[in-house]
This record gives sequence, structure tokens and C-alpha cells, in this order.
Amino acid sequence: MTDVPDDVPAGRRDRSTTGLPTGWLLLLPLLLVVYPPLYNRTDPELFGIPFFYWYQLAVIPVSVVCTTVVYFTGRRTRRGSTR
Amino acid sequence: MSEHGVEIAVFVALFVLVSGLGFFAARWRRPSTMEHLDEWGLGGRSFGSWITWFLIGGDLYTAYTFVAVPALLFGAGAAGFFAVPYTIVVYPIVFYVLLRLWSVSHVHGFVTPADFVRARFGSPTLALVVAVTGIVATMPYIALQLVGIEAVLKTVGVRGHVPIVVAFAILAAYTYNSGLRAPALIAFVKDALIYVVIIAAVIYIPAKLGGWGAVFDAADAKFAKSPNPGDGTLLPGAGQVQYATLAFGSALALFLYPHSVTGVLASKDRGTIKRNMAALPAYSLLLGLLALLGYMAIAAGTKPLPTGDTLVATDGTVIGPKTDGNTVIPLLFDQMFPHWFAGVAFAAVAIGALVPAAIMSIAAANLWTRNVYREYLNKDATPAQEARSSKIASLVVKLGALVAILALDPQFSIDLQLIGGVIILQTLPAVGLGLFTRWFHRGGLVAGWAAGMAAGWWLLWNVPQTAVTAAGPKILREHFGGSAFKLSELGFDTTVTVYAGFLAVLVNLVVAVLVTLALRAAGVADGRDATSGPDYDADAGDPRVHDLDLHAPVTVREEPVQY
Repeated sequence: MTDVPDDVPAGRRDRSTTGLPTGWLLLLPLLLVVYPPLYNRTDPELFGIPFFYWYQLAVIPVSVVCTTVVYFTGRRTRRGSTR
Repeated sequence: MSEHGVEIAVFVALFVLVSGLGFFAARWRRPSTMEHLDEWGLGGRSFGSWITWFLIGGDLYTAYTFVAVPALLFGAGAAGFFAVPYTIVVYPIVFYVLLRLWSVSHVHGFVTPADFVRARFGSPTLALVVAVTGIVATMPYIALQLVGIEAVLKTVGVRGHVPIVVAFAILAAYTYNSGLRAPALIAFVKDALIYVVIIAAVIYIPAKLGGWGAVFDAADAKFAKSPNPGDGTLLPGAGQVQYATLAFGSALALFLYPHSVTGVLASKDRGTIKRNMAALPAYSLLLGLLALLGYMAIAAGTKPLPTGDTLVATDGTVIGPKTDGNTVIPLLFDQMFPHWFAGVAFAAVAIGALVPAAIMSIAAANLWTRNVYREYLNKDATPAQEARSSKIASLVVKLGALVAILALDPQFSIDLQLIGGVIILQTLPAVGLGLFTRWFHRGGLVAGWAAGMAAGWWLLWNVPQTAVTAAGPKILREHFGGSAFKLSELGFDTTVTVYAGFLAVLVNLVVAVLVTLALRAAGVADGRDATSGPDYDADAGDPRVHDLDLHAPVTVREEPVQY
């Protein structure tokens, strides 16, 4: 891209994954499953399903909430910062 | 045979419908020309949220997953559930990493991860290494999709290779004809069928078996009887590190596979990808529920079909008849569902094999065309020549997968797929970290890759496959018996196992860092970086985001390299 110098304000940029206050939320689902001793047990059961299984299934909606929050705050930041 | 008549009829009808869709796809969102790699290989880079959701979902959750993950739980218990944390971890990573790849690729017109590496590190050699790694890792993955179809065919009593050859010939024909549009359109049908089948299965089957409590009790009883200390409905103490590293390593490997990159690059803007990262976990939920079908099969008393061979340990002990674990889920469907619905379920698995097989062959073909054919064989290739080269390469790749399954032992493909996950991880420093930092020297990355490959092969070579019998553990195979590497092999006094790919990529990183430092100290010239910071968060609408002329050379900024 020799014709566009770096310092030209780009037409449309999206910084939602860099330097966003909610960015750390993307780490949360990872932290919740990365340490198996945290959930490697049977009790409490839910509908007869051991904790090990329903806990991990329950982290899935948590991860959805995290990515969704990051997505929406990213959009707001971008709109607010456009010239 | 007659009892399977209805199942086969439903199966064939759905299969024919989908094949028709595959050919029709060439007309869908009709491009001005199909003789262009952007059109054939990336669907015109125009897919919105819905199509991308189905395409990536269809891409990542393959027939093999549907058959093999529950089979793992059936055989080993909790360890097989790693697929759930794996898909939990993968989306935030993708969100963070592949968005940057999308932007830089749309500013510079990259089609493959190797294109990016070439421009970022100014090194055609590193790009070749990344491209070849991607092709080699993808081919056994395609072959495995056939294993899924075969398991279904075996269950309905169809023997012989003709049906698989026919299915693959149809797949090859419509991929050749329609490119990425074919799997994108078929993915709608595939996912609709899979959702219906899984939801029916997780409501209907446990109810028939006496509830979830009864299902888990049956699984507990089976594992309590088994002499193997490694199975059970909870993880054994020594298997927890393996569980976490396998989930994390597989997540990192997944987004490095060329076919996931193809799915992401085909979307039309960053918002599409982000919405999908929030919506795709719906599939994870599906996968988690599906995995539990393995326990339902235990409760239902399903017995996997014998392969006809006998399991013999390396010391000559006969262990018993060898069974094909992949038939467990098709057999469970056959046992529990009415015939017509079992037919729908089988069609879902088979069609589920075709979508990823098509995308993977397209991704491998794009790598071949962009990073081998154009780089080394025909530097002045026109877009039409590129598209033709990719189409032919996709045929060759599929033919290779077919031959691998029919002529060789399917176990060979399963071993290769295991190795594939480990070797694709070795492109992590160049592709994954390369998106964030230009710190690594191209020589360091090549050296790290070589070291990681060597380490990965060595580690897998030293994983035996064992069967625990009443008479104690017996070794079935000395090498490539799995991905759980015993740390005791390295002299540590522990029973803990770790995912081999995870260790290999650590070796890779250490070597890449050390060699980078050494080359810098020695003043060895580094490549030029053709990308710049703002390229990584440019979105659609930015004047720089456009499809580069594919037959122009990758642009190189004539500036001194800065560290």
C-alpha cells in the first residue's frame, strides 16, 4: 500500500478489540474452564446430570454474554469516536 | 436388509436433494464470473452474518466430530468431554485474532494465512512452510469425513466402497462447479437436520431410558466395572492437565486450520465475524449435548459393530474382537428412533461430512494455488488460471483423501489427523503471534517451526496405545497411540499426561525466540513488512479495504526495516 501513508486518518477503523475497557471479558470463559479441579466433581447434580457436565455447559452462555458485551461496547466506542 | 429399507430411502432422498442444491449454488448470488479465485474460493467475500454462521458452523463441527466425540465418551468417559471447553475457549480467541487477520487480508488481498506470512515477514520460504503445513494437516481431516459416512453405511448394512465413491464424486463435481458457494448453501440444510436430530435425541432418548440420572448411573456402572483407572464419569487426577491442555491446544489449532480461515475471510465485514463469535457457541451447546449421547448408548446397551479383526497386544496376548467405536452413535439412532427418523439422522451425519470436506478441499487448493503454484510455478498467473489451478487442486486433494480411506487402513487417517492437529499448531508463532507482533525474525520462525515439528513427531511417536485388561495394562501399539504424553517419559516423577501439541508448540516458541535473538545479534538481514499497524483494524468501508488485483505482486513498502 505505497499510495496510502500510515498517518492518513483511515476511513473506517474498528478498535473494538484493541484497548477496550471490556476486552478482558474475553478472558473470563477461558479462566472458567482452564483449571479442571475447579469443576471435576459430581455434586451438586442438576436433573441427574453431574456438576462436571452441567457446569461446563453453563459456561457456554456465559461466554456468549462476554463476546456480546464486547461487541456492543465496541460499536458504541466506534460511533462515539468517529469524526 | 428390509428393516433398513425406510432408512436408506430417506437417506438417499435427502442426499439427492442436497446434491441438487450444490449444483444450483453456482447460480446463487450469481457472480459476474466464476473464473476468479475470489469468487470460486471465497464466495466473492460477500457473506453476511447468517450465511457465515452456517458456513463456519458447518465447517468446524464436522461429521467426524458428531461420530467420534460421543464415541470417546462411550469408551473413556469424562476425558471425551474436552470438546466442550475446547469450543468455549475457541471463540474469544477467534474474536481477538481472526478479526485482525480479516482486516489485514482485506487491505492487502490475502486469500490464505500463508499470503499474510509472506507479506508480514517478507519471506516466501516461511510462507511455503506455512502453506505445506496447512495442506498436509488438512488432507487427513478430509479423509476422516469419509469415516463418518462409512460408520453410517455400516450401520444400515451397506457394504463395499461403491456408495462412498459415488458420494465423493458428487461432492467433487459440485465443489468444482460452484466453489465455496456450494458448502455455504448446503450448510443450511445440514445444520437444520443436525439441530432437529440432536434436539430430538436429547429429549426423546433419555426419557426412554429413564431420565438423565439413569443414563449417568449406567455410565458409572460401566466404568466401575472396567479395570482401566483412566476412565470414569469424572476425570482421573492424572488426566486433568491433559484435559485442559488438549482443550486449549485444540482451540489454538482450530483457527490455524486453513479451512477456518477461509470461512472467516469470506465474511463481508468485521461486524459479521463479531456477531458470529457471539452466536456460534449455540453449536457448542449442541456439541455438549451430543457428546452425552455416548452415555445414552451405554445406558441403552448399544454394542459397537465388530471390524472382523482381533485385538492382539504386542506381547501376543489376545484381548478380544476389535470393534468400530464410530458405529456407536448410528447404532443408537437405529435402535431408539423410528426408521424414517433414523434415516434423517443418518443423512444429517453424511451431509455433515460433505460441507467441511468441501470447505477443507477449497482451503487446501487455495494454499496450493497462491503459495506454491503462483509463487514457484507460474509467477504471471491470471485470475482465470488461478481459479482453474485451485479447482483442479481441490479435485486432487479429494481424490487423495478417498484413496487414503479405501486403499489404506482408516486407522492411518486417524493417526494422521492426530498428527495434523499437532503440526498445524506449529504455525502459531508465524500466523497467530505474527498478527500482533513483528518482533520475530523470519529465520527464527522457520527454526522454531522445524524444532516444533521435530518435537511433535517425537512426542507422538512415544505415545503407546494401551488396553487395560483384568491382567493389567497391555500395549496394543507402540507408537502414535494418542496425544496424551506421559511426563514421566521426560524423567519427571509423575503420572500426569500433557497434550503433545502443547509441549511441541512450547519448544517451537523457545527456539523461535532464541534464534531471533541470535540472528539479531549477528546482524542477519530480516525481511520487509508490507503491512502497517492501521491495516489490522480496518473495516469494510475503509478506502483501503478492497480486493487487491490478484495478479499484482504483493506490495512491499520501500522503507528501512525498523525493530
